[in-house]
Formats: sequence, structure tokens, C-alpha cells
Amino acid sequence: MARAEHTAELSREQLIEFLREMLLIRRFEEKVEERFRAGDLPGFLHVAIGQEAVAVGVCRALEDGDVFASTHRAHGHTLARGTPANAVMAELYGKVEGCSHGYGGSMHLYDVERGNLGANAVVGGGLPAIVGAGLAFTLRDEPRVAVAFFGDGATNIGTFHESLNLAQLWKTKSLFVCENNRWAESTPGWQHSPVWEDMSKRALSYDMRAIKVDGQDVEEVHAKTREALEHVRSGEGPVFVDVETYRLHGHYIGDPQVYREKDDVKEANEEHDPITLLRGRLSIENGEFDSIDGEVQQVVDQSVEFAKNGTDPAPEDAMKNIYG
Amino acid sequence: MAELSYREAVRDALATALRKDDDVFIMGEDIAEMGGSMGVTQGLLDEFGPARIRNTPISEMAIVGAGIGAAMQGMRPIVEIMYEDFLTLSLEQIVNQAAKHRYMSGGQLKVPLTVRTQGGAGWSPGAQHAQQLEAWLVHVPGLKVVFPSTPSDVRGLLYASIYDDNPVVFFEHRTLYGLKEEVPDELERLELGRARVHREGDDVTVIATGRLVHEAMAAAREAESDGISVEVVDPRTLQPLDEETLVESVKKTNRCVVAHEAITRMGFGAEVAAVIQYQAFDWLDAPIERVGAKFAPLPFAPVMESFVVPHAEDVLAAVKRTVGK
Repeated sequence: MARAEHTAELSREQLIEFLREMLLIRRFEEKVEERFRAGDLPGFLHVAIGQEAVAVGVCRALEDGDVFASTHRAHGHTLARGTPANAVMAELYGKVEGCSHGYGGSMHLYDVERGNLGANAVVGGGLPAIVGAGLAFTLRDEPRVAVAFFGDGATNIGTFHESLNLAQLWKTKSLFVCENNRWAESTPGWQHSPVWEDMSKRALSYDMRAIKVDGQDVEEVHAKTREALEHVRSGEGPVFVDVETYRLHGHYIGDPQVYREKDDVKEANEEHDPITLLRGRLSIENGEFDSIDGEVQQVVDQSVEFAKNGTDPAPEDAMKNIYG
Repeated sequence: MAELSYREAVRDALATALRKDDDVFIMGEDIAEMGGSMGVTQGLLDEFGPARIRNTPISEMAIVGAGIGAAMQGMRPIVEIMYEDFLTLSLEQIVNQAAKHRYMSGGQLKVPLTVRTQGGAGWSPGAQHAQQLEAWLVHVPGLKVVFPSTPSDVRGLLYASIYDDNPVVFFEHRTLYGLKEEVPDELERLELGRARVHREGDDVTVIATGRLVHEAMAAAREAESDGISVEVVDPRTLQPLDEETLVESVKKTNRCVVAHEAITRMGFGAEVAAVIQYQAFDWLDAPIERVGAKFAPLPFAPVMESFVVPHAEDVLAAVKRTVGK
């Protein structure tokens, strides 16, 4: 099993690679918004624009053999774990070449080879399975970790509480990544949770180790996730990662966000864009940025072409993969 | 051939799989030291230890979901849900997750999970400890649903369910745990989707599940003294359903009664009646009769409980209606 290098600090090259990855996710989701509005894409779609540093920071800290379960906002996690943009876009177009072969769609992206056990359209639905996968790793004494991504909205559903309790009780090899983007669909944190400003308090009642992370800072996300993963991998117990982040767009594409102050959206975009922040820290000039941007744009444009030229499933394929 | 009770037969299937395969383990409420609320898992903790016989908190969603996660990693977990009434708490995980991961992933995943549960009236537990909810699960593509009525069936079918690569919801009946039957010395898997003909007859086919198999057998003996020859067939697995055996039986007898303890309305018997009607319409000499519980929650007072659920005399009355007696 390949182990990621344990360097205390990331090199400039690595950080530029992270920037490229975040930019790929951003441009991919902007393209998804565009194609959805143009009527190309069936179903409905949720983007995580503003949360790219969480996806990249966490997924780049994982090792081969680690697994994760995601949410309805899963494009970023999936791309950051290495699933090709072509396969993700093809899935959104409902094609056989998609990462779920057209059976899943945006809310059910899978890539089992890369440890993606599925994006889940039921809020909190994926958490118990991450306890079970972590339990399997414990029972088999395997140095692997199972990761659950979920949002602040999920901290109010029963599966969250039952899962954290069971994971800590049994010290399963599970990592809980709470992306607190301050919104449960249209409902702001202050309306849905008494601890919305400090989700790590949720972990306290289960005696679970919790760490707080600035989700707009990819370096910090990566470093703290590495630390947490090490703890989990060693069998000392699960960790709750309380990530504060920002959803710069609406709940779904087309969401007019009537519930949100215009200034809030403006401030979030101006001050908390993780890509702008990393670019600033690395002092990347316009030329270099544009060159990276051009490359990822090309990857995204090609993925649309790939998806459009993909194979439609036969209607009767709907009757396959029910039993095996 | 050894004689085992239904309870011992379940335990034997569990123990055999646990002995044979390190990937098999059990999770459930009070299943370890206490041996489960019905005593089914008694002794397993001593032989297999607490890592594999896992007492859980009262968290139906999490224990079924943890079973799903371990199954997706290639293990073969068995989850015990103490009463099928509590299955309702874990339905999201069973219906949206276990049943659909294979499908939503386009075939990349499998969930070889067995969820054992039990229920059944006849001992006045009231409205939340004895319902028969198997029809809820049969409606969900991706799940297999098994409901054995005898020791040899429960043993072979549970063993097969544990090794099935699909999620299986496995119903046991509370009042059958003490029932005894000769079982084969060697435990072998019974194929899911094969009905069992308990009694051959010429005039009426009774298709029954769970406790009602035994009520139907009693009714058949009574009917015989009235000169009515009754065939009793137990589908044993509700999904997949052995339509062929059921239809062939009705084509032979030309009359059909479906019988289960669950509520008649929208019950599993409605689907069986539809299957028979479509595939054997020209052979039917009488309307298909249905026997099941009345449309009421299970009451506490024994006289009311007994009034709500069906018995042998209800099956007998239905049999007689089909032959015009």
C-alpha cells in the first residue's frame, strides 16, 4: 500500500498542484452550472463552489486503500480523489462511461476502485456505513481509514448521533469530516443548531477527539487531516474534523437564495474564496495563473465533449444491477 | 438426522458460518451475554468472543448501516433487529442504502448483509412488539426477503442468506422458536426462491407463510375429514418468489387460498393472488380467498388479539368457501 510522504510542510510545487486541483473543481462546477442552465443535464445538481479546499485538502491526505462516503455535493470530493473529469461529467450526462455507468447521477457518484463508496442523497445516510467500513478495518487489522463527508445540516439527524456514538464506543477506523458551510439548504446555522458556530461541541458528548480547521486554507485542511488520519489509522479511535467553510453559491443550481443577504454572498466571495486565498499566499502572477486556468479549462471542455459523445444506456439496462 | 428446534436451527446456522468464516460476525441489541431477547444467540459469545458477537447500543439505524459498511468491504455481517417493529427505525438504511448501493454504483458494489428479525402475535405483547411487516420489504427492489416456517427451512435458508451477495431481510416467527423438526446432519444451503410443498392435495391449494403454514396444516387435516383434499405450499422466500411452484399447484387443484398472519389489506397475499390470477386464470374454479389479520393494530387483551389475527379455523372456512361448502 503506497503511503503518502510525511513531510511537515508542502513544497511550492505541491501547493500549485493543489491550486490546480481546486481550480479544476471550480471550473468543472461552473461548467456544470452552465450546462444545467442550458438544459443539457437531467435531474438536479448541487455545487460546492467555495468548498474546494476541503475536498482537495482531505482527499490529498488520504492513502491508497482509504475509502469515503460523500454527500449530494460530491463533485469536488470525487475529482479530488482522482476520478477523471471525463467519468464524472459523463455520469452527469447519464452515460455508460460515467463513474456510476448512468445509474447514479450527480447525487450518487461512485468510484469504488478509488475508494469512493458513493455520494448519498439522504442527508446523513452515508455515516453508518463509514462506521461499518471502519469496523471492518479494525476487525481485519488493516491500516485503512473510512471517511465520512457531511454538512452541518446532517448533525441534526439520528444517523449522525448513532454513528458517532458507535464509532467512538468501538474505536472504529473512521474519520468524520463536517463541512460547516453555514447552510442546511436554505436554513441558516442559527436556525438549525444550538452549536452552529462550533460543531466540534457535537463530538464532545461522544468523547470523540475533535479538531477545528479553517476550510478555506487548503494547507491547514491537509495538515490537520493528515494528523487526524494518523490517529485513526493507529487504532486510537475516530476523529471529528470540524471544518468551517463557505458555500459561495446556492443550495442547488438555480437557487435564487432569497433567504440570504446579498452582502453575505458578496463578502464570502471577496474574502473567503479558497482559490484566491491560496493564489495570494503563493504570489502567483497573472500569467502563471492564466496558464493553469487554461489547462484545467481544457480538461473541463474536453470532459463535456467526452460526455456528449458518450453512450446512452439501453432503456432495459434499468433492470440490471438490482441483484447479483 | 438430528432433531432441532427452530431456535436451535437458527443458532446452528449462525455458529456454522461463524466457525467457517472469519468475515462473519453478528451485531445486535442484547445478543451477547443475554443471548438475544429470544435466546437465539445463547452460547455464541463463549465460543466466538466479543469481537464477533457484538452487543450494540439501541441504535437500529447505525447497526444496520454499520453492517452495510462492513459488507461493502467484503465481510458478511449478520445484524439482529430485536423485533421487526424496530425494523421501522432502520428502514432508511435498508431501503435507501443496502438495497440500492449495487444499483446506484452501476454494479461496482455489493452488500452481502443479513438482517435477522422476528415478530408474531399470540402472546399479547401489544401493538409495537408483534407486527408482521414482511410486505413492506418485498416492495423494494434489491432486497431479498426470507420467511421460513420450520427448523430445517430456517437453518438452510439462513445459511444461504449469509452467503448471498445481496442484502437479505430474514424474518423469524416468535411462536415457532420451540417447534421441532428433523434436520439433515450436514448443513447445506437451501436455494432462495424455492417453495416447499408441505402436503399434497387435489381440491384446494393453500399458499401460506410463517405461523400460518402450521395453521393451514391443521386446517387441511380438518378438511380431510370433510372429504376436502388440501395442498399446503410455503413459498419460504417472498423475494425471489417461486411463482412456478405456486402456479403449478393451483393449476392442479383449481382453487387457491393465500394465508398469512400479517394484515390482509395490501399484504403479501394480495400479490400472490395477483400472480395466480394472471397465470392460472383459466384453471380457477373459484375466487381466490385471502386469510390474514384484520385491519387493526395488535391489541393487548388476549381475546381481542386472538380476534384480530387468523387461525386454523379461518383457513378452514376459506377452504370451504372455495369448494362451496
